[in-house]
Amino acid sequence: MSKVLNKDIVKMACCIAEQALPGEQIEAYISRSTTLDIRAFDGEVEHLVSAASDGVGIRVISGHRQGFAYCGYLDDEAIKKTLSEARDNVSFANEDIHASMAYPDEVEATQMELLDPAIAATAVSEKTRLVVELEKETRKSDPRIRQVDSADYSDVTGEAAICNSNGVQAYSEGSYCDISVSVIAGEGSDSQTGTGFSVARKFALLDPKTAMNDAVTRAVRLLGAGKPAGRECSVVLDPRVTATLISVVASALSGEYVTKGRSFLAGRVGEKIMSSGLSLVDDPTDSRALSADLYDEEGLASRRNELVRDGVLMGFVYDSTSASRAGVQSTASAVRAGYSSGPVAACRALLLSSGDSHTLEDVVANVGDGLYVQSVTGVHSGVNPISGDFSVGVEGIMIRGGALAEPVREATIASTLQKMLLSITHVANDIQWLPGNAAGQTIAISEMVLSGN
Amino acid sequence: MLVERDILDKVLSGALAGGGDFAEIFVEEQGSTSAVLDDGRVEELSTGSRRGAGIRVVSGDATGYAHTADLSEKSLLEAARTASAIAKGMSGSSAPREVAISHMDTVNPSTVLIDPDSVSKPRKIELLQRADDAARSGRSAISQVSAAYGESKRKILVASSDGHESQDEQIRTRLSVSCIALGDGGMQTGYETIARTVGFEVFDSMSVEEIAAKAADRAVKKLSARPAPSGQMVAVLASGSGGVLFHEACGHGLEADHIDKDASVYVGRLGETVASPLITLVDDGTLGGEWGSYGIDDEGNLPARNVLIENGVLADYMWDVLRARKKARSSSGNGRRQSYRHLPMVRMTNTFILPGKDDPDEIVAQTPHGIYVAQLGGGQVNITTGDFVFGMTEAYMIENGRITEPLRDANLIGNGPDILTKIDAVASDFAVFPGTCGKDGQSVPVGCGQPTLRITGVTIGGTAQ
Repeated sequence: MSKVLNKDIVKMACCIAEQALPGEQIEAYISRSTTLDIRAFDGEVEHLVSAASDGVGIRVISGHRQGFAYCGYLDDEAIKKTLSEARDNVSFANEDIHASMAYPDEVEATQMELLDPAIAATAVSEKTRLVVELEKETRKSDPRIRQVDSADYSDVTGEAAICNSNGVQAYSEGSYCDISVSVIAGEGSDSQTGTGFSVARKFALLDPKTAMNDAVTRAVRLLGAGKPAGRECSVVLDPRVTATLISVVASALSGEYVTKGRSFLAGRVGEKIMSSGLSLVDDPTDSRALSADLYDEEGLASRRNELVRDGVLMGFVYDSTSASRAGVQSTASAVRAGYSSGPVAACRALLLSSGDSHTLEDVVANVGDGLYVQSVTGVHSGVNPISGDFSVGVEGIMIRGGALAEPVREATIASTLQKMLLSITHVANDIQWLPGNAAGQTIAISEMVLSGN
Repeated sequence: MLVERDILDKVLSGALAGGGDFAEIFVEEQGSTSAVLDDGRVEELSTGSRRGAGIRVVSGDATGYAHTADLSEKSLLEAARTASAIAKGMSGSSAPREVAISHMDTVNPSTVLIDPDSVSKPRKIELLQRADDAARSGRSAISQVSAAYGESKRKILVASSDGHESQDEQIRTRLSVSCIALGDGGMQTGYETIARTVGFEVFDSMSVEEIAAKAADRAVKKLSARPAPSGQMVAVLASGSGGVLFHEACGHGLEADHIDKDASVYVGRLGETVASPLITLVDDGTLGGEWGSYGIDDEGNLPARNVLIENGVLADYMWDVLRARKKARSSSGNGRRQSYRHLPMVRMTNTFILPGKDDPDEIVAQTPHGIYVAQLGGGQVNITTGDFVFGMTEAYMIENGRITEPLRDANLIGNGPDILTKIDAVASDFAVFPGTCGKDGQSVPVGCGQPTLRITGVTIGGTAQ
């Protein structure tokens, strides 16, 4: 394992960037990772996948034109060919005076310990035992558990290097592990499902019990769920659902969307876009976030960006190109989908907060009457981050008299993102750091339309 | 030849050196080119390649899998040893054995007329510029256009301890256009795509201008759209993208891995009536040129035309090697994987409803009140409860048998087994639409298709009460 984390990749990346000719900029991104996936079923291992992958992505800008090429293996000949392809591709793009790469700036990287050596050091047999035990324990946990679909353990250890011919050099490494379980609960002819997980940067912090209890609770409390009557009501969103909602809003905060007229928030800096008292911060230097990183994926040191303060829109997140287009500085918010694509501006570690310290129970009691949304479906098909139209399938529990009442399913909730952001009435203090670019916490939103019978 | 025969024999023998019931090597080499136009400019042309091999050892009910991006003999043997060591640690290992490949099939499914490699980069870029021009032309409301061109060439080789080796070359070409229209009420979006398992001749069947115009018109029409209704209504789904309904409502639930785990609403229902007698559902990976077609699946088996539901009666599930072995039957050619880094599992190919007898216009004319869904986006299903959603990206009200006002985007929600019994009219038209199906973290290209049809009641997730 330690072989994977040598810093040769910085030298390799710099060696590529140094080949820039006068008038040419070159950026090389090299990533390497090892992953382990173990699935348990019926008391045994169902599969175990041990994998390593690496690759290089090269971006070239010359004469205000940009070209890109990538390769999924790292030998000298392949790298040479990839650079020559990227250079060749330059000539086919149109001129864009804003096409940019990062320049070194004065911001120092916040030092964070993002790699847990215990993940690599722990034997596969120990990880296997953990997930097989979780599967067995979950089967026994409640008489209504009819099936444990799958129990999974996975971990990832990776490193990335970015060098460009403007002098940017960055290297970061990190790891995380997670354990999850999916169950089917049944009573009579009724079956309901639930998934629970525990995810952590440190192996010692993995908590299979949390995963089990969460999965079982979610499935069991939906037993007997029916289709609710349609009406307008308040909704209380589970932390996972809130994280999903915030990630959708994140695209409207991307400089890429804003500068190309794809954001309903474009041109609204200084205006009230959220309920008073709420703030939204994108902070990849917060080591609690699973997406925390020393650098962005153009090689600039990560920094804290305040996007909404007391409900008022303060700004957006930018990579070098979208920043140039907007006439501002990069906020170190370049993100890549691996080595096979170039950087694009995106939020990295969002956290919503209010000054309040509500618990879930407070929120439900305060809302009094409405719907507690446990999970949503169809986010990619029913939420349009450009128009703001929002419509998703829901499973959850009705709230009556300030308490959770009967479970419901096969219903939808709908509104627009614009209206929802202004209608957040409560934010609880139950922050969960989840995979993805937003933390989750319980929130309440008034006046959504519940569609059912 | 991605890997020589004698090396395949050594690797498979190495994979079974510690025992195991079945071993397989999957070798893949993929090259791709993509180009994006946005904001009136071709932003970037990107080219790339990947290659690697995955080795699987099955021992009892357990699978060990290891992969490598290095196709040298040394590296392949090392991956085989890793997979073998994983399998050895599991129960049910049988004695080691030597493997010698005895059969060879080479299949080239897509009758590619114009290899995209033979087309110059400027010609590919030109498509994007034409799309941008066509989308904006005569439509002042269009404020933004993005167009993407993509092609991929995927060579695969699969050899297993059954002594069988197969190879395939899969070429896919696509173009998509997304438009934004700006009006007094904000922005609206429109999308259209063409994607087929063929070469550059794909643009002979539909011009870039046609694709762009469809996307642009969709966005413009929605500027005057009213909020979608909420509550239960009659819905008429136009032919084509409506097929995603069946992909979600029953397709996933008929995948044998879910059946094997007792996790699907369709467990134990073979031979039973599960849908309206008007419904015959087919999954067919052999359909020439469709997005979900291939010459061999990612386990080396031939695809087939598999009838899943016949006149409303559940006829069969879809199978991969692992699930078929457990039931001592053969795979239905539905074992697919995203890449050599992934384990194969049961996946759909092109899934569609066969045409019926009704006239599509008549179906609308005989619907007093409801919605007409002209284009669906994606969807999602809970295979255990059967509840599914799918998004409408172009829809209208039907009033007194006539298609009237456009509606804003919303999801529809229903329960698979329930919806399938509520289909009361199936037209004689038919179209297949390309899409990407996600399952357990892996994405594969699929086709969905159906004729125009009517559902007597489905819940619309809009805001208008």
